[in-house]
Amino acid sequence: MRRLKAQIIDQDGFDRTTIRLAHEILEKNRGAGNIVIVGIRTRGEFIARRIARIIEEVEHTTLQIGSLDITLYRDDLLGKLEQPQLKGTDILFDISGKDVILIDDVLFTGRTIRAALDELIDLGRPRTIQLAVLIDRGHRQLPIRADYVGKNIPTAAQESIRVHVKEVDGEDAVLLMHPEE
Amino acid sequence: MPLQSRHLLGLDGMRREDIQLILDTAVSFREVLDRPIKKVPPLTGKTVANMFFENSTRTRLSFELAERRLSADVLGFAATGSSVSKGETLKDTARNIEAMKVDMVVMRHSAAGAPHYLSRVIEANVINAGDGSHEHPTQALLDMYTIREKLGRLQDLHVCILGDISHSRVARSNIFGLKTMGARVTVCGPATMIPREITRLGVEVCHHIDDVLPSVDVLNVLRIQLERDAGRLFPSLREYHNFYGITRKRLEKAGRTITIMHPGPINRDVEISADVADSEHSVILQQVLNGVAIRMAVLYLLSSRT
Amino acid sequence: MQLLLKNGRLVDPLTGRDEALDLLITDGRIDRIGHSLTSASAQVIELRGKVIAPGFIDMHVHLREPGFEYKETIASGCAAAAAGGFTAVCCMPNTNPPIDDESVIRFIQARAKVALGGLVDVYPVAAVTMARKGEHLAPLAELATAGAVAFSDDGDPVADTELMRRALEYSAMFGKPVIQHAQDPALSKGGVANEGFVATSLGLPVIPRLAEEIMVARDIRLAAYTGGLYHVAHVSTAETLATIRKGKADGVHVTCEVTPHHFVLTDESLRSFDTNFKMNPPLRTQDDVEAMKAGLRDGTIDAIATDHAPHSFDEKEVEFQVAPFGIIGLETAVGLALTELLGKNVLSLYQLVEKFSLNPRRILHLPDIKIEEGEMANLSLLDPVTEWVVDPPSFRSHSRNTPFGGYHLTGRPIGVLNNGQVHWSTPS
Repeated sequence: MRRLKAQIIDQDGFDRTTIRLAHEILEKNRGAGNIVIVGIRTRGEFIARRIARIIEEVEHTTLQIGSLDITLYRDDLLGKLEQPQLKGTDILFDISGKDVILIDDVLFTGRTIRAALDELIDLGRPRTIQLAVLIDRGHRQLPIRADYVGKNIPTAAQESIRVHVKEVDGEDAVLLMHPEE
Repeated sequence: MPLQSRHLLGLDGMRREDIQLILDTAVSFREVLDRPIKKVPPLTGKTVANMFFENSTRTRLSFELAERRLSADVLGFAATGSSVSKGETLKDTARNIEAMKVDMVVMRHSAAGAPHYLSRVIEANVINAGDGSHEHPTQALLDMYTIREKLGRLQDLHVCILGDISHSRVARSNIFGLKTMGARVTVCGPATMIPREITRLGVEVCHHIDDVLPSVDVLNVLRIQLERDAGRLFPSLREYHNFYGITRKRLEKAGRTITIMHPGPINRDVEISADVADSEHSVILQQVLNGVAIRMAVLYLLSSRT
Repeated sequence: MQLLLKNGRLVDPLTGRDEALDLLITDGRIDRIGHSLTSASAQVIELRGKVIAPGFIDMHVHLREPGFEYKETIASGCAAAAAGGFTAVCCMPNTNPPIDDESVIRFIQARAKVALGGLVDVYPVAAVTMARKGEHLAPLAELATAGAVAFSDDGDPVADTELMRRALEYSAMFGKPVIQHAQDPALSKGGVANEGFVATSLGLPVIPRLAEEIMVARDIRLAAYTGGLYHVAHVSTAETLATIRKGKADGVHVTCEVTPHHFVLTDESLRSFDTNFKMNPPLRTQDDVEAMKAGLRDGTIDAIATDHAPHSFDEKEVEFQVAPFGIIGLETAVGLALTELLGKNVLSLYQLVEKFSLNPRRILHLPDIKIEEGEMANLSLLDPVTEWVVDPPSFRSHSRNTPFGGYHLTGRPIGVLNNGQVHWSTPS
């Protein structure tokens, strides 16, 4: 059980951050012409959809949106007591030659992103893969960095960041939790 | 929530949640089979031994493919020309293989209960690829997956299994699995091929296929074993074909759309006519591909532990 | 053509009727049944003192065609049947080729249609095993669909226990009985006479009664286990009947038939070494004859069937040991039954008609014969009191192998009506 230390982002903050991320992506890629959106399951997928919708509204276009389940590519499957439940990868379009905007909720050790990169490479040969995260909390264990960051939050390794999204948790928020007692 | 057992020996007594988990997990692996690179890493560094004491091309290939697609290392073992033919017992064979640090064993054997025995004498996970006439759980799982894929559900569907039920492990595993998942099951075949008291498994029995087809959603046609049965259990292939063979005419007489399945290999124009096997209602080829996905799901879910 | 049958005694177990009635029959169909019928155009047949019964069926006949036409043909066999008071027969499959293929069934059906204008219905009994070899099942489903009413390897038993089990299971799917010629081959090898005092005296190789009893006991267990329909052909020993009696009481689907010679003759007849007393199963003892009559009376025996087995004169004109088994029976069965069963108060007329008509038809799942206005006439006409002497030279059968030549009998068949045809046994 963890106790709440602080609420980092509230509903309004959440919306403003996603809007800013959407615009940064558009600016860096000079429009939505060649980008596709891939969200990492579970919560990254919902954030990805919101960013995609914003881009679509602004650019009056429709984007290809997919979701990625990195379970099969995790590096920590060996020695687990049970195999984690698969959620399924849903990318129904070809990513070769595209600028893939990979979106997740929290960037921490970087291992999730490493798995996502390996899986994406098995699916095709994108022109670029760019990473957008809502929160970067530091403590990288691999040389991975995000191209777009919603908020940098320095944390202690034992603390934890919880991202809530309306679709799953009933509210949009980012919470910082104390270490386990 | 993990599977209840660290082995897959059969569907008799398997919880509904476990069957559900395997079918749902297989959906992800089915998607992997459509990718350009049909490989994922979860079983990297694991060794799987395929011990096939009975001849089988398709099941063995299917398991091998599933293992390789999961990045496992595969050890193939065929009964003929092996130490078994030189008199080594099953137990010693398995122990030797285990001494080489094999993580999982997939076994097909002509004796019912052989994998159950093996699971008691070795440490590795044991997967039953067919034991005598007893069970063939991965076949029934892929059959249920295919039905769910085609018709959207298993609950309350009417599935008919047609053929030599007495000698069929495919029939038994399907009966156990389908009943657990809430389907209605009828077995059909000559009286000489229906085992006694099979109704106690919750299935209905019918001897005239034309009587049951009008209420059937899915028909699983079993292969007729020529070598063993002709002349004693039924007079001839010709008579079997006339009275039980699934032809277009017979299906039209049934007056409804029936999904046609077959575990393979097919005796064309004996138990099933060529045009039905190749028709739009046949899911026989989908069964083959789904078989790889199901086997990947089973290997994935059982792997791990020490 | 119109026939007016007047004053005959209608004995009809299906409806329970036993009364004097007139029947007006037009082109083979029963127009009217009643009392004091008249008709201007009909041919009047006076049947006072005679019996009108539903058509008799002999469910065990060897018609010998295809393959052994020198003994009998379908045409001559049907003529013998009609003369003997039968409107239907079942023909056994030990022909050449045997009835193990639907083509043979169609051949027989075609031949029967043109014999006596199609008067006698011929119902084929198909083989249980291919070529009656006892090794592999014949295509039973196909044979049933083509018209076989039952299955038998008659002449031979189905000895392989597993195969008999499978035959019972398989044939039950189509509601057809398996008719067993019960004779354990190992026990009876080379035998020609009942193992008993007579065979001992005459030094003849034996067929022990055990050979029949053991197989029937085994088969009844198989029938109980499988739920199959089992019929014992030509029962001959008291113990066999006891086993069948118990099987019926236990609810097993077992039925049986007896030949006239097994309720009339004993192995004493063999002292003459006359090959007309050589048949299979062999003639047994007087105790067995009494048991057969008791079995008929208490219903253990369901039907009378002749096992009509024609052989040419030359074939039977050899040493006893070498002669083929079998005697003809179509033209003496009804006379023997009326004399020995009705005449000696073993059976009532009503029961006799059950044994010759109602029961065998029910065993074979043939429809009951309805003697009603509007139905086609299927009738056997009998004279229960006339005395006559059996005269084999006047038989309609091709063959003459009967032991009953010269017998004085009381009661005989006088005619049959079926399928729009009429046949009179004696000139009226």
